Amino acid sequence: MSQQQSLYEKLGGEAAVNAAVDIFYRKVLSDDRISSFFEGVDMETQAAKQKSFLTMAFGGPHNYSGLDMRRGHAHLVERGLNDSHVDAVIEDLAATLRELNVSEDLIGQVATIAESTRNDVLGR
Amino acid sequence: MVNIRYAKDNFELGENQSVLDCLTGRGVPVPFSCRSGVCQTCLMRATGGTPPESSQNGLKDTLKLQNYFLACICHPDTDLEVALPDDKDIQTVIPATVKSLKLLNSEIMHVVLECHVPIDYRAGQFINLFRDQSLGRSYSLASVPHEDDHLHLHVRRLPQGRVSGWIHEDLRPGQTVEIRGPGGDCFYTPGNTEQGLALIGTGSGLAPLYGIIRDALSQGHTGPIRLFHGSRDHNGLYLTGELHDLVKQYPNFDYVPCLSDRDVKHNFAVGRAHDVAFRHIPNLKNWRVFLCGHPEMVKIAKKNAFMAGASMKDIYTDAFNVSLPD
Repeated sequence: MSQQQSLYEKLGGEAAVNAAVDIFYRKVLSDDRISSFFEGVDMETQAAKQKSFLTMAFGGPHNYSGLDMRRGHAHLVERGLNDSHVDAVIEDLAATLRELNVSEDLIGQVATIAESTRNDVLGR
Repeated sequence: MVNIRYAKDNFELGENQSVLDCLTGRGVPVPFSCRSGVCQTCLMRATGGTPPESSQNGLKDTLKLQNYFLACICHPDTDLEVALPDDKDIQTVIPATVKSLKLLNSEIMHVVLECHVPIDYRAGQFINLFRDQSLGRSYSLASVPHEDDHLHLHVRRLPQGRVSGWIHEDLRPGQTVEIRGPGGDCFYTPGNTEQGLALIGTGSGLAPLYGIIRDALSQGHTGPIRLFHGSRDHNGLYLTGELHDLVKQYPNFDYVPCLSDRDVKHNFAVGRAHDVAFRHIPNLKNWRVFLCGHPEMVKIAKKNAFMAGASMKDIYTDAFNVSLPD
């Protein structure tokens, strides 16, 4: 019985998420296109949320549903969250992984998972 | 059979059941989100028994040491008594005798308290001191267990402060007061002794930092320990003699008093403490950062420290939020 390594395992599991979360969050906070959405939020809570998001995008264990994504971002959609902001997040995510020397093939797979949440995030 | 005790109720833990499922199944309103040990929404604290190490995965060291755990990934083999982080009855009221009161500068009182029962605390945590049953305020601990016999507080007198005013004017040595605590996760954790520690405080935010610094030094911390204490003018600085003595005693400790008023005499750094600190240490990668005092300073410095390379798990904060008179 052969078992294929999952994307999450290939990326390095929880250790990879831990390595990525600070880099990713720093990129997001210094990205003028999206940083205003993070003003005034508690940084600790936000870091934990980023970690959940990365775990999911890395194909790791999570229990998020589309409904959770909608609820979690509804207040941001009201403030004008749109496709360009989702693009920015996915770009920052890819840049984070490049910094960690992840292969383009795996980065593509992560981007696909992140992309799959787009309509829920934007409440469509 | 493992039992989970919450607020005087006993719940039997089902086979393979998590503490979260056990409690929410019986109607205990534990908040949760990811259910996979990542988002930390279901953070709880064991007030009796020890949570399994695996249920503390990803938590800050200061929370692990206080037996916090994530309920959704907690599968204990032995009984646990648990509480939510904001449950008031985590702590009982402890009577304490005022041993001494001494002004450290024109507005900060050094308060020494002797607890009637010993309390287990870490330098830098805070206690709540009560003027009466319903009126209490949080004060950080400047004392170090095993180094100091009693609890030390630095109480800054606030305009119309109902507790600080009472402490400054009415409290007398020999009087008994009630305290609750300790609480807070801004303290030194052993290990990683060569790591740099950057400590930034304004006003009586020096209290927890003074405790944390002496705690780190007494535990043999070898990395650089750099304190930036800020005040508007010269009158706001205090414990300067003690801090200069520590500088002489420990080559790895460094003290920079910072004054934000423009006309400052030499020997002082000019500017707000966090601005001075980030000028001195532009790259905070691998540093542990402690931020205490004015809430606005703590908020700004937290973001700056993170952007300057400090990892989120290495940033410890204690914002002194002022309770408005009601």
